[in-house]
Formats: sequence, structure tokens, C-alpha cells
Amino acid sequence: MWAEVRGLRDDVDFGTPPRSGAPVTLTIDGVEVTVPAGSSVMLAAAEARRAVPKLCATDMVEAFGSCRVCLVEIEGRRGFPASCTTLVEPGMVVRTESPRLQQLRSGVMELYLSDFPAGELPDGWSEFHETVRRIGVTTHGYGAGATHHDLPVDASNPYFLFDPAKCIVCSRCVRACEEVQGTFALTIDGRGFDSKVAASQDEPFFDSECVSCGACVQACPSHALVEKSLFDGGYVRAESPEA
Amino acid sequence: MSVTVFVPRDSFAMALGADRVAQAIAVEAAARGLAVRVVRNGSRGMAWLEPFVEVQTPAGRTGYGPVSVRDVESLFAAGFLQGGAHPLAHGAVDAMPWLARQERLTYARVGVTDPLSLDDYLAHDGFRGLRRALGMAPGAVVEEVVASGLRGRGGAAFPTGIKWRTVAGAEAPRKYIACNADEGDSGTYSDRMIMEGDPYVLIEGMAIAGYAVGATYGYIYTRSEYPLAIATLEEAIRRARAAGWLGADIQGSGVSFDLEVRMGAGAYICGEETAMLESLEGKRGQIRPKPPLPALKGLFGMPTVVNNVISLATVPIILDRGGAFYAEFGMGRSRGTLPIQLAGNLRTPGLVEKAFGVTLRELVEDWGGGTASGRPVRAVQVGGPLGAYFDASLLDLPLDYEAFAKEQGIVGHGGIVVFDDTVDMAEQARYAMEFCAIESCGKCTPCRIGSTRGRELIERIIRGEDVAASHAQLLALCDVMEHASLCALGGMAPLPVLSALRFFPGDFGLAGDREVAHVG
Amino acid sequence: MPNPRKPERSVVTTCAYCGVGCGFKADVAGDRIVRMTPWKEGKANHGHACIKGRFAFDYHSHPDRVRTPMIRASIDDAWTPVTWDEAIGHAAREFRRIQGKYGRSSIGGVSSSRCTNEEIFLVQKLVRAVFGNNNIDNCARICHSPTQFGLSATIGWGAASQHFDSVLQADVILVVGANPTEGHPVFGSLMKRRVREGATLLVIDPRRTETVDSAHCRATVHLPLRPGTNVAVLDSIAHVVVRERLYDEAFIRARCEWHEFEGWAALVGDDRYAPEVIGPEAGIDPEAIRTAARLYAKGPNSAIYYGLGVTEHSQGSTGVMCLGNLALACGMLGREGVGVNPLRGQGNVQGGSCLGSWPHVFSGYRFVTDADVRATFEADWGVTLDPEPGLRLPNMFDAALTGHYRGMYIMGEDPVHSDPNQHHIVEAMRRMECVVVQDLFLNETSKYAHVFLPGSSSLEKDGTFTNAERRVSRVRKVMEPLAGYQDWEIVVKLMNAMGYDRTYAHAGEVLDELARLSPAYKGLSFALLDRVGSAQWPVDESAPEGTPVLHREKFPRANGRGTFMLTEYVATRERVTDQYPLLLTTGRILTQYNVGTQTRRTPNSRWHPEDILDIHREDAEARGIKDGDWVSVASRFGTTKLRARLSERVNPGVVYTTFHHVQSKVNSLTTDISDWATNCPEYKVTAVDVARLVTPAVREAEAAAGATA
Repeated sequence: MWAEVRGLRDDVDFGTPPRSGAPVTLTIDGVEVTVPAGSSVMLAAAEARRAVPKLCATDMVEAFGSCRVCLVEIEGRRGFPASCTTLVEPGMVVRTESPRLQQLRSGVMELYLSDFPAGELPDGWSEFHETVRRIGVTTHGYGAGATHHDLPVDASNPYFLFDPAKCIVCSRCVRACEEVQGTFALTIDGRGFDSKVAASQDEPFFDSECVSCGACVQACPSHALVEKSLFDGGYVRAESPEA
Repeated sequence: MSVTVFVPRDSFAMALGADRVAQAIAVEAAARGLAVRVVRNGSRGMAWLEPFVEVQTPAGRTGYGPVSVRDVESLFAAGFLQGGAHPLAHGAVDAMPWLARQERLTYARVGVTDPLSLDDYLAHDGFRGLRRALGMAPGAVVEEVVASGLRGRGGAAFPTGIKWRTVAGAEAPRKYIACNADEGDSGTYSDRMIMEGDPYVLIEGMAIAGYAVGATYGYIYTRSEYPLAIATLEEAIRRARAAGWLGADIQGSGVSFDLEVRMGAGAYICGEETAMLESLEGKRGQIRPKPPLPALKGLFGMPTVVNNVISLATVPIILDRGGAFYAEFGMGRSRGTLPIQLAGNLRTPGLVEKAFGVTLRELVEDWGGGTASGRPVRAVQVGGPLGAYFDASLLDLPLDYEAFAKEQGIVGHGGIVVFDDTVDMAEQARYAMEFCAIESCGKCTPCRIGSTRGRELIERIIRGEDVAASHAQLLALCDVMEHASLCALGGMAPLPVLSALRFFPGDFGLAGDREVAHVG
Repeated sequence: MPNPRKPERSVVTTCAYCGVGCGFKADVAGDRIVRMTPWKEGKANHGHACIKGRFAFDYHSHPDRVRTPMIRASIDDAWTPVTWDEAIGHAAREFRRIQGKYGRSSIGGVSSSRCTNEEIFLVQKLVRAVFGNNNIDNCARICHSPTQFGLSATIGWGAASQHFDSVLQADVILVVGANPTEGHPVFGSLMKRRVREGATLLVIDPRRTETVDSAHCRATVHLPLRPGTNVAVLDSIAHVVVRERLYDEAFIRARCEWHEFEGWAALVGDDRYAPEVIGPEAGIDPEAIRTAARLYAKGPNSAIYYGLGVTEHSQGSTGVMCLGNLALACGMLGREGVGVNPLRGQGNVQGGSCLGSWPHVFSGYRFVTDADVRATFEADWGVTLDPEPGLRLPNMFDAALTGHYRGMYIMGEDPVHSDPNQHHIVEAMRRMECVVVQDLFLNETSKYAHVFLPGSSSLEKDGTFTNAERRVSRVRKVMEPLAGYQDWEIVVKLMNAMGYDRTYAHAGEVLDELARLSPAYKGLSFALLDRVGSAQWPVDESAPEGTPVLHREKFPRANGRGTFMLTEYVATRERVTDQYPLLLTTGRILTQYNVGTQTRRTPNSRWHPEDILDIHREDAEARGIKDGDWVSVASRFGTTKLRARLSERVNPGVVYTTFHHVQSKVNSLTTDISDWATNCPEYKVTAVDVARLVTPAVREAEAAAGATA
């Protein structure tokens, strides 16, 4: 029962929390790997050094299954299960790369890019930026549409800021606040395209129940929540090259 | 001796003034010194005839409708209390072809009885299923449901008995029955009609489910837009409990089961079973990934039967008459009957309970009476806002899960919306994406962003901008939404879009200019 | 520059704030630390952090940091910046002069739990080997000395029996006089996680703290006792355990002496400790005491976590013994998920406790009076050691006023601010002829100092910290020391200047010496810590990578058995009177840390710009106090003024404040009463009265309001 916290490693993000069940052996891209029962396919893939691309998953919080870039193919199963929410089974045969998977992942990344400030793409180093590069999508075919780029930056907290323009609504911050910190200060407000991260009753972070533990900042994969100390001379939004 | 007059208290009838009609009848009767007992029944489902007033005559029930307050005096004058002739008269209700040609199993009592009268319920075969179930081993009850071939009527069509088996087999300190009454599909109202018109059948079905799988508590999750259904259910639960049909020791059997009604806040997504469970737990209605199946880890992490109202309301008759009896109805792997809800551009819409196998044409033409506008039928959408649009060439398709799947369509919750030839199918496709954009829970990316992008692309196509490129991008988007979404909302939103593109490409200007029939 | 700056390197180190001791990565870009991120492999925090460690690190480069050594002839003079050699030489000469004039025992030293183990060890070595006496004390005196005493007496070691993660196996969590969600936030999060999983939470605390009641964390039983009645209530819980036969006889027979249990049972089982008697005395519902006792005894795994709300009392040591007794009686020791665990306040308070910073014991709690032990140290250090125990910190101040105590070396402490009865201390400080303060900032104590040696922050030095779960973790140098030297180097310089020649190439050599001379630390080395990350003492041949759970087989006492101490309740002398009808108790909040030296120099002060007095609505109304009013708070010892907040978190009759801000002078109110065994001051109980302050501004405003009315 301690595996969730004690199995963490600093140099690897298993994607889902470690487990402590009986050993289960499966095959991932031809590599045989043994992990505890209750582990996700994503964790097993990381163990097999076949890490699946991911955005909403991180091993500090439970699997969520929202980003849809970690889809894999599993022999004998229909469709493309998300590797983060699919648990390992003995003898399972998993493929993490195929032209079809690449097509779907690219399709999902295109959607992300259609709502991400283009000016922020070139020199970024967040998990999101790295995933964009890994999947190899550089642009999208959706043209100019609705975005969240006009939502104001919340810089009320002295230590970190929240730029909704860069938020990919993966809920990692919300889950970190609940599962890691146990404060439940964050939520997703609104539905559908309007879904956005909100502190307490959609208040500025500083005025909310947030206790500034930084778990949300740590969890954020796209530098939407980011330490102010990383910016020399204040935070300025990037100009979009298209604009 | 007083005459019994039935005036429905169903939302259909209420919306059309049934309360005032009932009051007018009472007032008129008093003025004339006639002894009249007004019973507020459920609706027969003939929506175009509401308020549909029935009179109990020695020859049976005679119907009049639609009745407005200003018709009341003339009805009395025509001697309607004795079944007298009147322009609004429809004769013996049971003989009305619209009703007589149905196979009412689940809806046998709806419109017939006083929904809140336990005596009425018992007099019309109520609680016979529960009584029989309590005399059987729980496992045998599950098997009876398996044998009936009943499949989930909420839309997913998963075999109900198999789901029960899973829950029954799970070891847990507590189990739950969660009734999904968050009826949100466009043009559907069958759940509401049961809850308003025969609440005890749902209570009985849930109690049987509880006994069968070992659950002792149930929730009915319904929507705030159904205030009458909620009030009716709550009163029915209170009366059932007082009469020992719910609670610690049901009818001295030692079996305990109780339930309560919970109200959602109008999110379509909460009709999805995992989002409903989240909402029931007091959380934001968001999709949970499966596995774990709710049958193993559902409400509050406990094994939970999640069934639609109609599935549960059908259980009593299965237990009463036997699984084999129920399975005799239907075709192929679609057994039993389905309450079909006819809506949209139809002359005589309403609720038709009919065995699977009935064709769309029979439903649209024989029951629906063709379009209300009198123009040709151009498209039908079956299964709610995420169902496919079919053109008239598919009207002979039988209502059958597998037959529909073969045409990339769904039966869903049994709602049918009909359009005449003035409909703009590109606009309908745009609306499908917009609906998804509004109702998406916002969790998974394909649905959260994709639905908005889909709407934008279709709008671009409608405006004639970059049609070829936008069309290609739309197809790619539909592929991503269908195969990469977390739940059926995002996964099925492409269905109406792709079917509209398939059957009505002209409306999108894909075969030249947009060709939309305009009424001149 | 839209995207954030990417760190160029990371150094894994340990947070210097509270006793949780979180592992952090200090991310560096160019010449500055650009952020601190929690280390996922940190065994105390598993990748989590709180606002202090995560964000409030900029104090290390604050303009207030003193960057050069300074001296002055008199405390009325201005400081003169000097070279290191001058400052060290001056201090050494002065100390030797004073000793020449007033005797060997006329000087002493104080170290801090903010210092590394290596520094603490060196300071006590400075005092013993170089000063030649045992006048060494540390700040644990004023917080957890009763833990040391009370736990040693019952279960053998004055330290947490468990590791933090053990709470994840607890079924019942009893929190006494602690508020982990504010004071030990990262442990608080772990505890709340367990509560969300279904563990039962019992809280004994005068206040309805965030631990008692917050989102998704609610105590099943809260005993809001009147400050000062801990021992009565704990004895009453024991009464229920005894009278309802809820104790674990098999455990007691196997691990303790049955007759000792019987002696204890006879005491607490007496009618005078019945909940029906104690409840009214402590202001709580007797039935709640019974429920708490039954839940704790039932377990199956019940764990005790306690804080300064237990120790800082006239019966602080007794309170700790009560907890030890209770755990022994119910068999809640020696496995995962149980135990008795002090939540210690400072980053290295456990290290401060066990490394010999006490006037009577060497590291490992071995007595200075023991010739064999002394011989070991003498052999290693090459000097003859004083066999007489030295002065405790309060006694040093007393001796300055009544005797010949005239010189002091104070490292990382601010006793004038943090210790009780400020007026007394100030008088004592004025008598000193040479006070050497080694710190990051000038502080209240340095006002009375003659030499100021600018210290290094924990980001500027190497060493180790021992956290509240006995975990020894590496502190690693991230930046060069701002003033040129790591603190341990400064101590060595002073030693050398005073004629003791030993030098160390790096802090690891100090740890090696410390390990050589301290049994529990025996197996520790930088090499081990670099390999395994951290290790909980004892670390020795039988436990080469440390010991997460103590007392599995036997207790570290002579006979290997736990014992029951008799814990008669004796009410504190501090009582409410007509003149002082309210009881003041104090505590900490999340964003500030102790006396605030560090956190007040960060934006954390935006959350807590001043100390506030929480007062119950009834008491406020009786005094005409409205929310936000300035009020005077007066005790027998002093007066201060604070802003009032009407609060339901305290019961009527109790007021509460924090002590993070200098200007609040909260410790000018506190009494001279202290723990009977250890002199730990009774910070938690002070009889006070509160009155609305009518300032000229208020008077004017009210006059104006009256005129318009």
C-alpha cells in the first residue's frame, strides 16, 4: 500500500503510481516485462523502456485518461485503449507504436496545437513541448478558431502564475491539489470547450483556499502554472507569429 | 353512483392544461349535480390527443381528446359521462388502433391506473414480480433476467442479466442499484412517462434488482427538469415504504431494500453511467475511465448495478411472466419490446411500445401519421442527438440493434425525430457538433476541443470556405473523435455528422453548390 | 522571453524549515537558484512540499544578510566591519580573557536546530573541548526537551518510534497538541490522505484547528480541552482503558513488567480520573473522552502524533509519559502503523537533541559524569573533559544576573525573541562582556552582541539534518557562502583561534567523527547517504541502512522492557484570576516559520503580515471588541498589542495567537513557569486579559461617528 509514494523515482515518470501487487508478465513491443499487478500498461511500458507519450498522466496522481495521446494497441482488444487507465494482465501483448497510433496521436496533438499559443512553441521545454516534438506535429489544419488565448493571466500568487492560454486542461493540478496536498482548492470550472482551471469559487489564486504548496505547479505539464522565479524581469505573453 | 373520469397528470397533459380541464369537469359536474370522480392517471402516450380524457362506462373506457376547458361544457351536454358522441370522441380506448397495435408490457399500466394508488397498482398485477422473486434464490432471479434477453434500454444495449451476474458475483460490504433517469436525448420521454405514470413498477424493478445482486440501497438519478416525476416518485417511495414494499423487511421476507431520488443539474453528460456515479457522489459530473467497471467498482467504490429506468421497469413483468415469455417478443438478438418515442415533424407523435422488428416506416407512417407539415419525410434521426441521420431509403430498416449498427446507426434510447424536406442537413450536422461542444464534460481532448473545431469546420463548409480542405480535416477529426475519445459522447458525435455527409452531401455543397430545399 | 528559463543544474538537498525535512532539488541557472522543486525520491516527502520549502527560499539572498564579520566594544556602539581573522581573533581573545577573569565556567554556547548535525556537534565540542566546560544547550530546550525526557523514561529513546509513511497503515490517528496541516504540512498531507482512505482521526487540542475540520479531513472526536489540562485528559483516557479493560495484556506481559503496569493502572484507574470528573475540569464532554479511549484502544493500529501542545507545559514531560504509557498499555508500539511520534518543529531538532548539545550528556545521551564515556571522547579529542554537567540555557541567564557568567557563543538562535520572560533575558544579556552571535541576519539577540559572525544559509553549506522521524539526510552546498565560510568552518576557525588545532577537510569528516562517537549514528557517512539517499538512526552493523520502526523486539532500556511512569496530574500554577480571566495559548501558521527570521523576509508575509489574536465571540462581545480591533493583551509579566479576530476556532475563555513577528512581543507575556523536569517553558498557558485599545485615531473616528449619528 506504500508503493504509491515509495516507488517514485526522480529520473523516471512512470505515468501512474507504482503498485505492490503480485508480479505480472506481459510483452510490450516485443519486450517482456514484469510489473506488480494493479500497474498500468503505461507504467509497464516505462519499465520496459518503451515509454508511451503522455500528457495528463504523472506518477504522483492516479490515472485520469483525458489526454488521449497514450493510446496503445492490445492484441485481442478492440480499439485503442489508453495505456494509463488500462491495467496489465498476464500474457498481454501491447504495441506502443504503429502508423495508426501515430495517426491518432497526431490528430490529438493537432487539436492541442489549435488552442496553444504558437509563439510559445519554439523554445519551450515543458513536458508538453517535448511531447509535441516527440510526436512530430508542428502545425494543425484547423485554421483560426476559438481559443483561450485572451483569458487573463492570474499572477496574484507571489510565487507562481497561471496562464490559461497555455493550459491544456489535463487536470493534473486539480488532482495534485486533491490527492497529493489534500486541500481541494482547485477545480475545473465550466463544461466542454469552456472548461478551465479555477481556484475555489473562480477566485484569484491568492484569495482562494490554495495553500501554495506548489503541487499544482509541479504537476503542470505545459508551464501554464509556473514559478515566477524562472522568469528574468517579469512574465510577458509571447506574440503569436501568425498574428 | 358516481362516474369515474380520468384526466392525465402526465407532463404532456399538464403542459396542455390538464389541471384546468380536470377542475372544469369537477365544477361543471357539481353545477349539474352529477356525481363525478376525477382520477388523475398517467398518459396513454398519444401526445397529439392530450389532454386525453377518459370516462369509465359500463362498456369500458371511452376517450375524448384533445380536451380544452372550453370543450367541457359541450362534453357534458353530449353526455360524455355515458360515452356520448362528440367531435372529440375516439370511442373505446382499448380499441383505438394506435394503442391496440402496440405490445404494451412495460407500459401496461401507464395511462390506465392512478400512478400513486397502491391499490390500483396491486389490482393491475403490481408487485407480482417482486413476490415471485422473493420466493426464488437470488441467483435464479438473475438467470431469469438473463433468459429474458433484456438489454440495457439506456442506449448501450448491454445484456442486463449479465451485468447483474457481475455485481452478484462481486464480494463487497455494500452494493448499490443506481437507476439512470437522466433522460436527456432529444425527443425522448419514456423514462419520464414511467416515473410519472407508473412509479411503483420502477420501485419494484429496483427492489428485485437489489434482491438479485445483494444490494440494499438504490438511487434514482433524474433531472431537475422533471419536477413532476420527482414529486411522484418521492410520494410513491413514501407510500411503498409505509406499506412495507421498501425498507428493512419487505413484506416479512427478511429482505431489505430502500432507495431515494437524487436530482442532477441538467448536464447531458451525467446520463453517461460513470459521470452519473460521480455526480451521485457529489462530484463534478465527469467521465471515469473503465475499467474498473461500475459493476465491480461503482458508486462510492462499491459494486453497482447501473440500469436505465426502462430496463428496471421491465424487470417486474419478466419476473412475473418469466424470462421466456419476454424473450418471445422481438427479433434476432434484440428481444422484448422497446418504448419508441416519436417526435419531430409528425402528425400523430407519441409513445409506442412495440416488439423489436417493427420498421421505421411503420413507426413514422402508421403511428406517426406522416409529417405534420404534409411534406415528404427527408430524414429521421434515431437514438438521440448522437444518433445517425437516415434518409428515406432506410425507412424499411427494422428496429434491431444489429441492423442499425450495420448502417452505422444506433437504436439508443428509442427516440425518433423526423424531418421533412425543408431540413438543412449541414445545419443539423453543425448542430450535432455544437451539442457535443456544449454538453462535453471537458475531460478528454478529442471531445473538449474537437467538438468546437468540428462546428467551426462545418460552418466553414456551409460558408463555402476551403470546402475540400475543411471536409478532409473534418473527416480526420471525426476519426480522432470516434477512436480516441474517452466516452461515447465524443466517440459518437461524429455519427450524425458522417451520416449527414453520407446521405446528404449536397447540403454541404460537396457535390457542387449547396442544395437545400427552401419552402417558397 | 515568453518561456521560462531552463535550469542548468540541480542539487539535491534537504529543506531547512520544519521537522519534516523534505528532500528538494535546488535548480540553478547562471549564478542564482531559480527554483526549489520537491525531490520525488525524498523519503520524508515523496515529491511533495509546502509553501516554505518550495517557495520561501529567497531570504538566502536578502539584502539584510550580513556579508562581513563585525565587532564592537560595547553594545551601545555601532558595528565595525572587520576581516574574518580580526573577528575570530577578537572573540577568542575575549573568551579567554573572561575565563581568566571569572573562571573556566563563565562562558558557554548555544546551538540551534537550524544548524546541521556537524555544526551542532562542533559547537558542543567547542564548549567541552575548547572552553573546557559543559555550558552547552540548544533550542530544543524550549520545545522538545520533555520529549527526550518523557519518552526515554517510558520506551527508552526520545525519538519518534516510526517513519512518516507508517501513518499510511494506521487505522486510528491520535493527534495531541499539534496541527500538522499548518505546522508540518507535508506530513499533514500524508495524514489527510490516510484519513481520506478511512482512518479515524482523534484530536486533542484547545482549538478547532484545520486538522480538526477542513475539506475532506474531519476529526471523529475532538477534545477541545482547556489549556493546561493535557495530563488530566490523557490520564482520563488511560482511566477508561484500565477500567473498561481495553488494554493489551499479552503485549504488556511480553514487553513490560506487569507489576509496573498494575501500579500505573491503580493510579489512573482511580475515580479521580474518571471522565465524569476530568471532563468538567478540562471543559470537555466526558462521553467524548470515553469514545476517544475506546477508539484508540481498539486500533487495530493506533498511532500517536504530538507537538509542542504537549511539551510546552509545566507538566510537559508528564504529558509525554502519558502518551508513552498509553501506547504501551494498548500494545501500540513495535510495528508499522502505530507508535508515539513527536512532530518536531525545526529542521534538525532531532539532531539538536541527540548530538550532545546538552549540559549533561554527550551525543547519544551518555552522561558527562560517566568516566568511561568521557574517556572515549578524551581519547578522540586529545583533551581532558569537565566531569561536571554545565548550565542549561535559562540557568545561563540566571547566572549572568546572579553569578559570573559573562560570555556566550550563540549560533543560529535568537533567545531574546524566542525564549520566555523576555525582560529577564534582556537584563541578563546586558551583563555579558562578550556575546558572539553567528547568524544570517542581525536579530533581537545581536542587539546585545559584541561580535557578529555572518553565517551561511543551508543552501550554502554541506552537512546533514536529522528530521522528526530520525532520518538523516544530506544538506548539500548549492551556492558559495555569501560571507565566505560555511558555519562549521567558522566554528573550527574559532576553535583553532582558541588554541585547539584540529581541522577538517570537509563536513563529511565531521560526520565521520560524530559517527565514531555516537552509537546511533555509527554507520553514517556521506558515502552511505549519497548511496541510499537518507537513513533513519540507529544506523549500525545490524541496520546498515537505518531503522524505520523502533522497538520491534525490545525497548532500549537496561532490561529491554517498556515501563509505566506514574503521571499524577498537577495543575499549573498559572491560573485564570479576576484580573487575568483568559488563557492565552500560542501556535504557528503555515506561511510563517517560528520567529520568522527567514519567512518574514519573503513574500510569505503577504499571507500573514502580522500576528492576530483569535478570541471567541462571547469574550469579545463582553469586552466590546469587534473583528479587526486593536487590543491590548496583558499578563502578569508584560503587555503587548495585537489585532483581534473573532473566531469560533477557540472556545470561550481561550485566546490564541502566533509568535512570528518581532513587534508582537508575544513572549513578553509568557511566564517563568517551566517543565518540572527539563525547564521547557510553559508557552502554551498564560493567564491574560484582553482589552480594546482606544487609540487617538479610534477616538477621533468614534467621535466623528457620534457627531453624525
